[in-house]
Amino acid sequence: MIPEATRVLAEQLALTGNPSSLHASGRAARRVVEESREQLAAAVGARPSEVVWTSGGTEADNLAVKGLFWARRTHDLRRRRILVSAVEHHAVLDPAFWMAEHAGAELVLLPVDSDGVLVVDALHEELSAHGDEAALISVMWANNEVGALQPLDEVVALARRFGVPVHADAVQAVGQVPVDFGASGLDALTLTGHKVGGPGGAGALLARRGLELTPVQHGGGQERGVRSGTLDAALVASFATAVSSAVASQESFAARVGALRDALVTGVLQSVPGAVLRGPQSGRLPANAHFTFGGCEGDSLLYLLDSAGVEASTGSACQAGVPRPSHVLLAMGVDELEARGALRFSLGHTSVAADVAALLDVLPGAVDRARAAGLAAVS
Amino acid sequence: MRVLAALSGGVDSAVAAARAVDAGHDVVGVHMALSRTRDQFRTGSRGCCSIEDAGDARRAADVLGIPYYVWDLSEKFEDTVVADFVSEYEAGRTPNPCVRCNEHIKFATLLDKAVALGFDAVATGHYARIELGDDGTRELHRAADAAKDQSYVLAVMGPERLARSLFPLGDVASKEETRREAAARGLSVSAKPDSYDICFVADGDTQGFLRSRLGSQPGEIVDESGTVLGTHDGAYAYTVGQRRGLSLGRPAPDGKPRYVLSVEPVNNRVVVGSAADLAVDVVLADRAVWFVAPSPEPFECSLQVRAHGAAARARATVLPDGSVSVSVDGALRGVAPGQSAVLYDGSRVLGQATVTAAVRSSVGSAAVGAAR
Repeated sequence: MIPEATRVLAEQLALTGNPSSLHASGRAARRVVEESREQLAAAVGARPSEVVWTSGGTEADNLAVKGLFWARRTHDLRRRRILVSAVEHHAVLDPAFWMAEHAGAELVLLPVDSDGVLVVDALHEELSAHGDEAALISVMWANNEVGALQPLDEVVALARRFGVPVHADAVQAVGQVPVDFGASGLDALTLTGHKVGGPGGAGALLARRGLELTPVQHGGGQERGVRSGTLDAALVASFATAVSSAVASQESFAARVGALRDALVTGVLQSVPGAVLRGPQSGRLPANAHFTFGGCEGDSLLYLLDSAGVEASTGSACQAGVPRPSHVLLAMGVDELEARGALRFSLGHTSVAADVAALLDVLPGAVDRARAAGLAAVS
Repeated sequence: MRVLAALSGGVDSAVAAARAVDAGHDVVGVHMALSRTRDQFRTGSRGCCSIEDAGDARRAADVLGIPYYVWDLSEKFEDTVVADFVSEYEAGRTPNPCVRCNEHIKFATLLDKAVALGFDAVATGHYARIELGDDGTRELHRAADAAKDQSYVLAVMGPERLARSLFPLGDVASKEETRREAAARGLSVSAKPDSYDICFVADGDTQGFLRSRLGSQPGEIVDESGTVLGTHDGAYAYTVGQRRGLSLGRPAPDGKPRYVLSVEPVNNRVVVGSAADLAVDVVLADRAVWFVAPSPEPFECSLQVRAHGAAARARATVLPDGSVSVSVDGALRGVAPGQSAVLYDGSRVLGQATVTAAVRSSVGSAAVGAAR
């Protein structure tokens, strides 16, 4: 967490008060919550009334997918198609699959190109054929694995023509690229704290004024009745502080880290035979670099790099921790074996040129060794 | 040394890893994901492939402060251990999947990958001792605790694999000592129940598992003279020495219980007889693996044919084709083709081979359990 967010969290934790209570300490907590709401809204181009606090990105995504579907269907029974890109985070994909299995929805996975970017023509075709059956569209602002920025302007323009609400998971985008909810034309947008140097367990769904959302969590009627549950003033204050700070430093962060990332990509492609950059050359998150190293198991590389002091990430694993080929890479047309050798390098505020040099120093040897170790499970 | 500690999620492997850390090694924990279906939650004392076990393995690594990885060896496990298990039963033999797992997975795929990644050795929670012989060779010996000894299932690995293996629990006096040590180290698996069953048969119903793979294959149950005594739903579900589950309508003439003497996959028959008919004193075995180059002459040893059985005094002869003939003093009962035969000299493992037949020398060549 960034120091400012930690300070605010600690400060507020020392105070008591339920923001829903009417006594003095309750009113004080309420004030913190509302000021945080204003602060967050200002940082991302939203109105304060459009902010719905949640426990994080996953809850916000669930609320968007389920809440929009049920709200739309209440008015028009034909609207049962949920349109999501094939590279969405599981927090969007899994609720969408669940709704198809349990709530009468029809799931439409929108294809992406080999860079992981939504094929807008496919959305156009889908809406032309079934526009009056669409309940919602959910397309992420930027992909968390391969960093691809998605063509949301085009998605929103198309969706408007067919009267379909659009949700975007912007968890990865805030602080990395400019995010302006009002200017985006989106109907709903997901944010979370821990990706911007804020606390875990805090997030928000921005929901356009007048957007109908059926509540997923019922209770005391907090947050416009859309998301019941006692608010934690300390968490939301710290979260808003972190978002605000990340947005303020976004431009300089993107310039500095983007240059480092470019050096990393160039270096890796030059020094490692068979390395393939995944995701677009341009139009990607500045801190993201993603490669596949054919013939390697990602977790072998992970181990070899980790023991050399470099931390990377392979992507997702199942509950038991078994590495799984990424659904994002598979949707991009990467074959399963190649996808097993995937590795993502994320840069951050503390990254410096020496870190990139250290990686380039050990990576070629690690890839050689991992290739020698082979794909044990399939040999 | 750089040591890969295989962490099953149980207490033994956790303490073994801890001891490897204490010994000053650079230890990394690896949990092998072996099950293809991920729904094998632990029930009772079963299963080594569950989500709970993976979580317990991770917790142990956390407590020990070592890196932790999950390696997905499930395809290899299915293709070797599970497929072998099914096809062996189908062929009328009695496989030991733990032996095959040690042969194909733990001390093959896992070890090879570890070595390729730069590890010097693999440490497991098996109860067995490695001792240095007078000439400097590494010898595999029974564990200090005879009740927990697992040298029987390890013998298949052979000497080259042994050279890259560590069994830190070999000198533990008892399982209780392991549990006490785990508790003292703050390992939360200290009180976890032992696993006894076959890990990929989650509910412990081996016959049901085989039926799901092999389907219904009705056939006859006969006595040694060929008289039909009953029927069965698949000869593969029967094991030499088995007494229960025969469901024979007619009692034996002598009123004594009947046992499976052999399984004949070719004509899908199960042959039953008396306990006395089960007795054998010569065991033939092939696919031999030796820790000690065997003498061309017959040599004295002891023979063990099941994981939790006693060893019998025996005399072994290596035949020209490399297979082994072992004569035991007295008699063994219920020796089935497919079982692992391990030869010992005292506590030291000499070699291992797979039983092809067990016969009674006293009545000539009457083959018991010969299923080919």
